[in-house]
Amino acid sequence: MSLSQGGAGVEGRAHGGRGEARGPVQGGSRGGGLVREIGAVLAKDLLLEWRGRARLLATVLFGVVALALFSFAAGADPAVLDRGAPGFLVLALLLSSTLALGESFRVEQEDSAMEGLLLLPIDPHALFYGKALGNTLFLSLLGPVLAVAAVVFYAVDAGAMALVKLVLLWVLAAAGLSAPGTLYAAMTSRARSQDVLLPLVHYPLVIPVLLASVKAIDLILNGDPMGQLGSWTALLAGFALAYWSLGGVLFPLAVEE
Amino acid sequence: MPVARPRLSTVSGLLGVVLLLAGSYLGLFVAPPERHMGDVVRIVYVHVPSAWISMLCYTFAFGFAIASLWTRRPRWDHLTTAAVEVGIVLNVLLLVQGMLFARPTWGIWWTWADVRLVFSFLMFLLFAGVLALRAFVDDPARRGTWTAIATITAFVDVPLVYYCVRWWRSLHQMQSTPETMDAAMKLPMRINAFAVLFLAGWFIARRAELERRRQEIDEVAEPAAIPRAGSIAGTGVEA
Repeated sequence: MSLSQGGAGVEGRAHGGRGEARGPVQGGSRGGGLVREIGAVLAKDLLLEWRGRARLLATVLFGVVALALFSFAAGADPAVLDRGAPGFLVLALLLSSTLALGESFRVEQEDSAMEGLLLLPIDPHALFYGKALGNTLFLSLLGPVLAVAAVVFYAVDAGAMALVKLVLLWVLAAAGLSAPGTLYAAMTSRARSQDVLLPLVHYPLVIPVLLASVKAIDLILNGDPMGQLGSWTALLAGFALAYWSLGGVLFPLAVEE
Repeated sequence: MPVARPRLSTVSGLLGVVLLLAGSYLGLFVAPPERHMGDVVRIVYVHVPSAWISMLCYTFAFGFAIASLWTRRPRWDHLTTAAVEVGIVLNVLLLVQGMLFARPTWGIWWTWADVRLVFSFLMFLLFAGVLALRAFVDDPARRGTWTAIATITAFVDVPLVYYCVRWWRSLHQMQSTPETMDAAMKLPMRINAFAVLFLAGWFIARRAELERRRQEIDEVAEPAAIPRAGSIAGTGVEA
């Protein structure tokens, strides 16, 4: 699928020079211009997704399949499943993220759409933040589905307050996975054997997200007598902050021709 | 232009070998056995220097990667790759030595409860990913840029992984440093630390030189000059 299929705001601008910029992202990269450009890239990705919906369905289904497989691997003992539920949930998110991140740049390889995006008179940072936001939103949407599956499969018992905390934590974990994942997916999508390469470089990097999320979800579901939830959440936020900043700096270098 | 002066790197290598022999002799025959663990503890005379210099190599790689992105000169890319590779070799040695030490002292080859064992393993995976990414890119300029980006992103992760693993598994003995050791044990460890440092410097210089030559060969033997099956020889035109 090419940019012209996605349209939404940036359509048609690839043929115009910087001075001919028109439409909703007009204004260059200064001030609110960057925000509008990020919005346009995000809108394009969401529209592409909405028109196809294949990525969303495949990713959600993959997450549910992973949760089911963990159940078979761990055995039928409810105590074991309950104890492992935080880990299984985050692993399902991590595995699904590989599909989602890889697909977010695979669509840009068709019809050389990525080259079209790079030719647009927009700030390359907007491309990174738009893509990373799209991926974060996408992975966040997995949360409710996988949570319901976990309640069914693992008999997870969570109150209303715990669910609110879980949602916030899930979004933070999705943001932590998306920033380095978007940067790496931009590179691996243009390398040989991209399907092998993305998890190989992405998984070791996001070990802190995995560990912090599993610990935090465990503390939310099973109680936090030592008050450790704040530390793990701070670590997760620190990771996300570090890679959202670093990704913004390095992404233009990663996609340059 | 050569990446490093062969004479200087050779001196560094020779100095490293001499110091390693001296440090190992002192560690094996002069230093006393440890009160509780006996002779097993002598492995720390190579184990701790491996850990220090491995992390130092990764730090060098981080610096070289920034220089590579800043200047876009291939020599910094060669040095980045060399430093990551030497760091990984020391990292693997560190893991093997750690397991050799764990077996007689703790009765197991591996434990997820040991912060530094897990941390070292994750460092290996993190930087091995950099080399994996590099191996799948053909264009030299793109390979250099991506190697630098992957090295920087991996290095930024080092403190996060360390604190994460430490909080996850807070069970471990105090870290061994020259300050926590007997004077007779300090000397071989310090000598070996310098030995491994000089050897690492030598390896990095030689490996960077090798990478430079490899790239030169790749540039001479351009893919366009090699006829593909089904094309008219040398023209790149499909038959």
